[in-house]
Amino acid sequence: MNRFADLLDMLAFTPSRNAKLTLLQDYFRTVPDPERGYALAAIARDLDIPAVKPAQLRELISARMDPELFGYSYDYVGDLAETIALAWPQKGEALTGRNDAPGLAEVVETLIASSRREGPGLVEDWLDRLDPPGRYALLKLVTGGFRMGLSGRLIKQALAAFGEVNVNEIEELWHGLTPPYTELFAWLEGSADKPVNAAAAPFRPVMLSHAIDEKDFEKLDPADFAAEWKWDGIRVQATSERGISRLYTRTGDDISATFPDLVDAIGFDGALDGELLVARATGEGLETGSFSDLQQRLNRKKVSARQLRDFPAFFRAYDLLQDGDEDLRSRPFVERRERLETFISRLDPARFDCSEMLSFESWEELAALRADPPFTVIEGVMIKRKAARYLPGRPKGEWFKWKRDPFLIDAVLMYAQRGHGKRSGFYSDYTFGVWREPGELVPVGKAYFGFTDDELVEIDKYVRNNTIERFGPVRSVRAGAEKGLVFEVAFEGINRSSRHKSGVAMRFPRISRLRWDKPPSEADRLETLERMIDGTE
Amino acid sequence: MATRPEDLLIPRREGLYCPPGDFFIDPVRNVDRALITHGHADHARAGHDHVLATPQTLDIMAIRYGADHARETQAAEFGETIRINDVTVRFHPAGHVLGSAQIAVEWKDLRIVASGDYKPRPDPTCATFEPVPCDVFITEATFALPVFRHPDAMDEITRLLRSVKRNPERAHLIGVYSLGKAQRVIRLIRDAGYHQPLYIHGALQKLCEYYESQGIALGDLRPATVDAGAKGDFAGAIVLGPPSAFGDKWARRFPDPLVSFASGWMQVRARARQRGVELPLVISDHADWDELADTIQTVAPGEVWVTHGREEALVRWCAMQGIPARPLHLVGYEDEGD
Repeated sequence: MNRFADLLDMLAFTPSRNAKLTLLQDYFRTVPDPERGYALAAIARDLDIPAVKPAQLRELISARMDPELFGYSYDYVGDLAETIALAWPQKGEALTGRNDAPGLAEVVETLIASSRREGPGLVEDWLDRLDPPGRYALLKLVTGGFRMGLSGRLIKQALAAFGEVNVNEIEELWHGLTPPYTELFAWLEGSADKPVNAAAAPFRPVMLSHAIDEKDFEKLDPADFAAEWKWDGIRVQATSERGISRLYTRTGDDISATFPDLVDAIGFDGALDGELLVARATGEGLETGSFSDLQQRLNRKKVSARQLRDFPAFFRAYDLLQDGDEDLRSRPFVERRERLETFISRLDPARFDCSEMLSFESWEELAALRADPPFTVIEGVMIKRKAARYLPGRPKGEWFKWKRDPFLIDAVLMYAQRGHGKRSGFYSDYTFGVWREPGELVPVGKAYFGFTDDELVEIDKYVRNNTIERFGPVRSVRAGAEKGLVFEVAFEGINRSSRHKSGVAMRFPRISRLRWDKPPSEADRLETLERMIDGTE
Repeated sequence: MATRPEDLLIPRREGLYCPPGDFFIDPVRNVDRALITHGHADHARAGHDHVLATPQTLDIMAIRYGADHARETQAAEFGETIRINDVTVRFHPAGHVLGSAQIAVEWKDLRIVASGDYKPRPDPTCATFEPVPCDVFITEATFALPVFRHPDAMDEITRLLRSVKRNPERAHLIGVYSLGKAQRVIRLIRDAGYHQPLYIHGALQKLCEYYESQGIALGDLRPATVDAGAKGDFAGAIVLGPPSAFGDKWARRFPDPLVSFASGWMQVRARARQRGVELPLVISDHADWDELADTIQTVAPGEVWVTHGREEALVRWCAMQGIPARPLHLVGYEDEGD
């Protein structure tokens, strides 16, 4: 348990992605089976053990210590598992020199073999045999309370780097594997062959595009390419085989449980690549919802009947990867596209349709279409080589995305926060605002990229010379009609939000230009942002 | 009629006051006569008329504030009995930082020990805490919650050295308060067998030199200045400085710095995260929860007064043990030492 506790602590405190990858690889390299496999399952949230409820933990600690002292402690620490881990009055001999600390594998295997009722008693016994970091890891494990901030993709990349294989191979295998993944580790270490994916409806690694550059067009002949709208939903894969249907994100996370309405409608045998949207069937046809409608459905373990009714999930297909027993990925795009249209015509039109192809003779024509999309939920166009096979990863020269120009506003810097790692010592995270009334700025967003290293130095200097108040790592910066720093902020979309004081929330805001020349009084007003929302609704 | 403890020591706005002796202990404002437990800024201030403290605390005050920080100073050796008006006082080691003392105040049949900040566990950089039997024990409560159980400091240093080994391309920046924590951490790093140069922020230099002069060997210390080398030269190095310097321009000279902080507060994850600490080291110069309880049981006072920190939890614990206890509401102490 101690190695696992160490890993959790280090992952929690390490901000850098590369350092996290290194930590995971070191762990896989130095910890044996099955322990490393259970650790992997725990951080990938792929471990199914009977959970112990917070109320049961409170009962355990109340039997051991004065509830008033526990109350003071919990108030101070603010996290139940952490408070219990630190304050647990251990029974029996001191821990030093003992060797009966339970390992992660012992804990997991015992819990799997136990009933829910036995859980608290087991936990109590283990708490007595673990040190505080071990107790913390145990309590997070049994309450299912890991919030590591680690994406599935990052974990798979760490596995790929550890085994020196392509991450796509891991993604393809992942859903056929179960903890503690001994056959996976054996393959990655070179002591066994690659496991055969036995699972029905496996994930197929997706093909991704490059952002197109103005210069690229000169080299590309429009006749070699097809184009379609780029929809602003989330990229997904719907797949079904031998009666098992699944919905995957583009990184291979299984999100079937979040979208039962769509998964139930998969009445085919094959694999589709497409965009997940919210769309309602109306008298005149389909009405596609905005990205914020889709957000109502994302990241939920349970879906209410109301959400199913108000925000029905919909699949707009881009590609057909598998048709029955036939793998189409090595066929050219145009051929797959033809097959796709036939394939979709047999499906429920309230849940599935085909992304419309755009007809164009020249790049100028396509540019005109891109400039005036028929729906606001379109975020640009996709350009695909007609002859392209479906290749996992991001192959060069095959698919391009040509996004709509971002929204732009001028906003005033209000607060700055210190950065981490390479940006230690620099104020690099900025909160900016726009005018609600003359003289009243209201914060509308935060951005921490989009500027160069040289610009960062200049902004940092400005922040230090114009600080009016400090709150821990945050500085409040002078921002008035005359004096203040104006940013041109670019963003991809804007929605209403009841969680923000301003009532608006931006998507992917970043600093696109520093406007040293512009007086803050000429920055944008909140009304302008509200009109942008009206324009997208 | 028995003497009441409140007649001997009583909280005032300036600090803890002794009417029969006419002096204050660790006053937060300027007074005529001050008895100082240790050199941390919230306990030792410049500008008193007369200061009585251990020789090392007086040296430290002179280093920090200049030799003229008080009109007159008087040194109190550990164990020496000194008479002030109607009372006698004696200084005993508190084990907090170099020179730190508890002050025992006696008058008639009554003895009160004002322990200042203290830690009972051994520390190679200062004299070890000594329990003094008394009628009233005044204890700090900086870490007076059952969640604070400081691990062995050497284990924390081992974690640090492991991290240095694992990240040879990064500079480790350890936040340490300049008096006490800095020198203890350096000494522990040496005791762990690390003898490469350590780089220190300018704010640490004089106090490190002073510790050396008092016979506490700190090894090869070098200024953490750019003149000492190019940015890449700090790769794999250990750099110590006051935590406030890390948010400053000073921190930019180091390659991909890994920020660490040596403090008892690092026990709580949220505290470490708020400060952007990547490697929290739980090293404290205060008594932890178990040590507070053990000390009170060893000293076995008739009554406990609890000050600066989480008073309510320690008062509650005393009540459960049947020891009379009450919070002493003193203001102005900010635990600089942790």
